[in-house]
Amino acid sequence: MTKSKDKPRKQLLRGTEAVGEAAIRAGCRFYAGYPITPQNELPEYMSRRMGELRAEHPEENPVFIQSESELSAINMLLGASVTGARCMTSSSSPGISLKQEGISFMAGMELPAVVVNIMRGGPGLGNIAPSQSDYYQATRGGGHGDYRTIVLAPATVQEMADLTYEAFDLADKYRNPVLVVGDGMMGQMMEPVIFREDQPMRLVAKLPPKPWALRGAKGRPSRFFRSLILPPHEMEEHNWRLYRKLQKIERKEPRAELVSVDDADFVVVAFGTAARIARSAVKRCRDKGLKVGLIRPITLWPYPSQVIRETADRGVQAFLSFEMNMGQMVDDVRLAVEGRAPVHFFGRPGGVVPTPVELAGVIRRIYNNPAKTM
Amino acid sequence: MAKATTSAKAAPAKKAPAPKAAAKKREFPAARPSTMKKAVMHYCPGCGHSVIHRLVAEVLQEKGLAEKTIGVPPAGCAVLAYFYFDVDMVEAAHGRACATATGIKRVLPNATVFSYQGDGDLAAIGTAELVHSANRGEKITVIFVNNAVYGMTGGQMAPTTMLGQKTTTSPFGRRAEFEGHPVRVCELLSGLDGVAYLERTKLNSPAGIKKTKKAIAKAFDIQEQGLGFSLVEILSACPTNWKMNPVQSWEWIENVMSKTFVPGVYKDVTARKDEEGGEDAD
Amino acid sequence: MLIKTLFAGAGGQGVLSMGYCLAYAAMQEDLHVTYMPAYGAEVRGGTANCTVVVSDEDIASPIASSPDNIVILNNPSLVRFTNFGRPGGSYLINSSLVNGKLKRSDVTSLYMPASELAEKSGSLRNANMMLLGAFIAMSGVVTMDTMQAAIADIFAKKNKKVIDINQQAVQSGYDWAAAELGKGRAAKKKTAKKPAPKARAAAGR
Repeated sequence: MTKSKDKPRKQLLRGTEAVGEAAIRAGCRFYAGYPITPQNELPEYMSRRMGELRAEHPEENPVFIQSESELSAINMLLGASVTGARCMTSSSSPGISLKQEGISFMAGMELPAVVVNIMRGGPGLGNIAPSQSDYYQATRGGGHGDYRTIVLAPATVQEMADLTYEAFDLADKYRNPVLVVGDGMMGQMMEPVIFREDQPMRLVAKLPPKPWALRGAKGRPSRFFRSLILPPHEMEEHNWRLYRKLQKIERKEPRAELVSVDDADFVVVAFGTAARIARSAVKRCRDKGLKVGLIRPITLWPYPSQVIRETADRGVQAFLSFEMNMGQMVDDVRLAVEGRAPVHFFGRPGGVVPTPVELAGVIRRIYNNPAKTM
Repeated sequence: MAKATTSAKAAPAKKAPAPKAAAKKREFPAARPSTMKKAVMHYCPGCGHSVIHRLVAEVLQEKGLAEKTIGVPPAGCAVLAYFYFDVDMVEAAHGRACATATGIKRVLPNATVFSYQGDGDLAAIGTAELVHSANRGEKITVIFVNNAVYGMTGGQMAPTTMLGQKTTTSPFGRRAEFEGHPVRVCELLSGLDGVAYLERTKLNSPAGIKKTKKAIAKAFDIQEQGLGFSLVEILSACPTNWKMNPVQSWEWIENVMSKTFVPGVYKDVTARKDEEGGEDAD
Repeated sequence: MLIKTLFAGAGGQGVLSMGYCLAYAAMQEDLHVTYMPAYGAEVRGGTANCTVVVSDEDIASPIASSPDNIVILNNPSLVRFTNFGRPGGSYLINSSLVNGKLKRSDVTSLYMPASELAEKSGSLRNANMMLLGAFIAMSGVVTMDTMQAAIADIFAKKNKKVIDINQQAVQSGYDWAAAELGKGRAAKKKTAKKPAPKARAAAGR
């Protein structure tokens, strides 16, 4: 892996390993995290790769820290990020709740970071089975305050790698935390992964400079980063600036994959693992002559509302939001559709992964009576 | 203490504009060090923060560390320290300064990194970050200001509040059976192998101020030598929340606080090396 | 083509490595593949299982409801997965550790005393690889050439002896099953599938 790192080669990787390798290649040189299932292979992978990289490129100063808590990990990231280092942490739902403090602070201070959430069933400790129960938390900012984070939702192991690689560029571009969300299935699953030629190993020296970073006030006036802004008009100004940035992200970054949508009169909306199941179900329905399509949001925030609205305008009879929770993204589908068509919901919470057959049954039932919402 | 602050401010006006000021500043210790911004501090009269800020700033200047320093102020009274220190700084979330400092120092191993924390920040909400940074031997310096109350939020009970001390959340005085005993941070950390230097000083006399500066200087030396974690705990007055005048506050540090928080060096790996001829160093 | 295979047994029997080897070999044949281990408490509780989906097009759902093939390594797994395989599918069962027979007539099944055979050949630990060989003879999901190459790749970091032992075990399992299934059929499969990996070997690795 380390030898032929710039030559595209197919590897059989676990989702978490794909994230780890993509991060290393994207120039991530600081990882801090705390163990929690089902993502432990990621810190394990990072500890090994950071060590290997240190042997190979000591000047890159790769850092792996197993922190004493998720709180500590995210605040270590804040420190690493303010120096300009590309940094990442990962966890699963309960740990991500703890990280919200630091995510909010970094959003407020406009510091880039990549945070990986391998979601599990909840609330509370819940279980370790695949779930999408953190959709609200991920897409509404997550912590306190008026902010959002970019949320990327891969559906294959290849995409785990591709989107993680890109997450570092997005985080730097907008100086904002970026979340990569998967679930236990995405994390544990192995699939072939190819790192393309346009995803080379990026050394720190060759990354774009960050003139804003703190590295000691040598040859320039001292600077500071803060999120405490006491005078209301200054805080307002700061929030306006953040808002304008987020608006720009909303304009430029929404992404979705469309499957058989062109002639569809019924559209399923699903992301991540659920989208894979939906893809199977849609295929089953198509085989039976039902004109069903799939919209798979790749960015959960900014949400691909525009493409959903345009699809609704083309005269789709009904939408079905399919999620591994009890109905969170369905709100965003409804906001996008704006009453143009009925929006249905089907989901299984608690780590139960519905089968394509089960979903196909639900689709058929609604397909035959699209106006009646559940 | 109020006197120390005033005299510090009185002198620089004449000397600062002189040519080659930087070189000459050492001869006029009363002048504002280059590591401090020209700003009026928001601290209450008699508060120890302004003096401690100055001591840290003087040490950074005298050791020539300013250009590679990154400071981490806390949530608390000293949160606005970046308006006073003329070095790079990044605000930490409440209690997380040691974690944030860890992140900075690991990426920039040659930088001088210090956190500046109060008792609530460090010994209550930030205990885990403190203990584990110390245990990992992070090469950072912690300036720990112990004034036995939560200052900024209005004088609530702190982990270091004295037994019997009345605060806004211990109106009948701190009771051991309900609120526990004051946390002795130096004693607590002294058993950890990653710790290189621990000293507790009291900021209630000119001698105490001098001693505090020496301790701070030593702590930064320890960091520069890469020996491990260093912390200086400073017993510091909060006349406003103690409801005393500055003189009474200094007396209270002497007669009450320093009986529980006994000043002294709690750990010094350099001293141990000297004693044992350095043979035991591993 | 879409073939879903479930490997099930006890933790420590090498169930996950069987799945991994198959997935790796399928990847080398440029097929689409998804390997999904059952993870969590149940892994430690007794049974371990994993699912490998192999296809010549994108694999949508990695969930193997009604798998085509099921390889059973111990008794609890037989109990648990008796009704799991799709009608018309196949079961390969380690008869050394399974009491009784599969109570289904709508699937084909092959009973292999893998643990005994492995013990006789030197090490009980090779039972999983022998079963894997037999599975290839039975299913033809990948060719033996690819599997042998895959094993060499997977164990490349270990010493040559480890590679040899595993390759021999897979081969002897394959040969046993081929004999059992009738020489004609096995031989046909072997020759029919052969050109593909060779062509790729020249082009790729």
